[in-house]
Amino acid sequence: MSLLLVVLEQGAQKWHKMSWEAVAAGQQIAQQAGMSMASVVIGQCVAAMAAEVPGKVFAIEHALLEHYTADGYTAALAELIKAEQPALVIFPHTYQVRDFAPKLATRFGQVLISDVTQVKAAPGTVTFVRQLFQGKLNADVSGQGGVTFMSVQAGSYRADQMVAGPPEVQVVTPVLDASAIRQKPEAPFRESTRAVDLTAADIIVSVGRGIKEKDNIHLVEELAAAMGAELAASRPICDNGWLPMERQVGSSGQTVSPKVYMAIGISGAIQHLVGMKGSKTIVAINKDPNAPIFEVADYGICGDLFEVVPALIDEVKKARG
Amino acid sequence: MKIIVAIKQVPARDSQLKIQSGGQWIEEDDLTFEINEPDAYALEEALQLKEKHGGEVVALCLGPARAASTIREALAKGADRAIHISEESINGLDTLAVAKLLAGAIKSEAPDLVLTGLQSDDLGYGQAGVVLAELLGVPHATIIMQVGIEGGTLRVKRELEDGWFQFVTMPLPAVLTIQSGINKLRYATLMGIKKAKTKEIKVLTAAEAGGAGAAVSTLDRVYVPQRTKVSTIFEGDAKSTAAQLVEKLKFEVRVL
Repeated sequence: MSLLLVVLEQGAQKWHKMSWEAVAAGQQIAQQAGMSMASVVIGQCVAAMAAEVPGKVFAIEHALLEHYTADGYTAALAELIKAEQPALVIFPHTYQVRDFAPKLATRFGQVLISDVTQVKAAPGTVTFVRQLFQGKLNADVSGQGGVTFMSVQAGSYRADQMVAGPPEVQVVTPVLDASAIRQKPEAPFRESTRAVDLTAADIIVSVGRGIKEKDNIHLVEELAAAMGAELAASRPICDNGWLPMERQVGSSGQTVSPKVYMAIGISGAIQHLVGMKGSKTIVAINKDPNAPIFEVADYGICGDLFEVVPALIDEVKKARG
Repeated sequence: MKIIVAIKQVPARDSQLKIQSGGQWIEEDDLTFEINEPDAYALEEALQLKEKHGGEVVALCLGPARAASTIREALAKGADRAIHISEESINGLDTLAVAKLLAGAIKSEAPDLVLTGLQSDDLGYGQAGVVLAELLGVPHATIIMQVGIEGGTLRVKRELEDGWFQFVTMPLPAVLTIQSGINKLRYATLMGIKKAKTKEIKVLTAAEAGGAGAAVSTLDRVYVPQRTKVSTIFEGDAKSTAAQLVEKLKFEVRVL
């Protein structure tokens, strides 16, 4: 029976929550494809954490793995993969995985099939579904033999569907050479304490590229004020300095789940969607009927925001009396 | 200091994409193309580093003949020269093949630093830079928001998730993948555009760049995603759609 490995992520002895989505994905795919499954946890001292993972789990421990480095993690995992010869290795698609998994795959003459949203698995065949063009299109991708590396997009598998089971921890100590670890990481930090806590807002009015220029931002500010909403933005708006970074929603900003999320002129690239798709009600206003934001929207208006938003401000004011 | 910036030409952001009849890729005939946005930030970062530390910026682009317009634009913005790996059928190449060709062109240049965007807006694998570093045998860091160079050492600010950052140091030469928003993009000046016409563009075939090797993953089919959520799309003019939406927000969602 061929082996499927799931690599979990921890930092400073805390689990990355996407680890459990990856385990759930691994369990389902192993069952569909008729594979056996084992998990992997990496760090300086992670055997105790590994005991929280159901089933067979390798705890790769080494003093040089206390802090994440691309070189250290790649070397440690390459050694395990050579020894265990898995057919499929699954990662959560985190920033850290993006930093080292492609390097690891290269060592085995492979690519990382990254950011996978769905896996079509049957005995002997596995096809991966991933998004192209910022979510506008999907593609079926398959490996061509050898070990296949893939990462699962946030939210594609549900952590609560993970099947519990007794742990079976095996501690592994890799041979690592300190001089071969070229990156020297410093302690992580936050830029400043956040003045804006978007996660507490009931209504969020969020603006994207469709607003075209800084001088138009006042339009969405007026709408937010009329609705009693917090103002937020997609990454490009903050990149341009039109709104402060602390108002950014998405994978590099805040993750929100308000009662209503109004996406105005936001196309809905996956980096944005992961930050807001848990909202109770999603409203999309966009001129492109094919924009991926409409995939997640409960209510949509396909039209010119420069006409729709002023009309909305009037209607909201009327409705609130 | 010699900096190579790997840039990609992709369909313009607001393109209406049509799938080819065979479902293998999109129809490209009616599309306009532009520089991949994160690569534009990588190019800008390279130009700013050159202004600070001196040296040379070389733009490297793998793409069909149409990519020449993006290369010219990079030269107009200030790159000193360019290398164009001319390959008509890049859509059949996986990221390992792409990185092999880029590495093949880079090796003889022996740069101090290689920059590229963190991902492409078309395929979005987000790994060309990391694979390139492994093939070149040099260290790397990804999703970079600040680049500092002192002597032979690089100190960069990596973006982590959820508003966290981290500084990482490593020796040069190295590869960095640049995050959008790291700097403010410049426009090409008229003088720049004029000068670009005289700058060198070395054209290599894929074979001259060392060849791409066999594909290890294949793109089997491209298709429009199926809608999983039932959305209500309001019809009518701005006033009418706005009124319908507010009606729902007030009486069904009950937030107004």
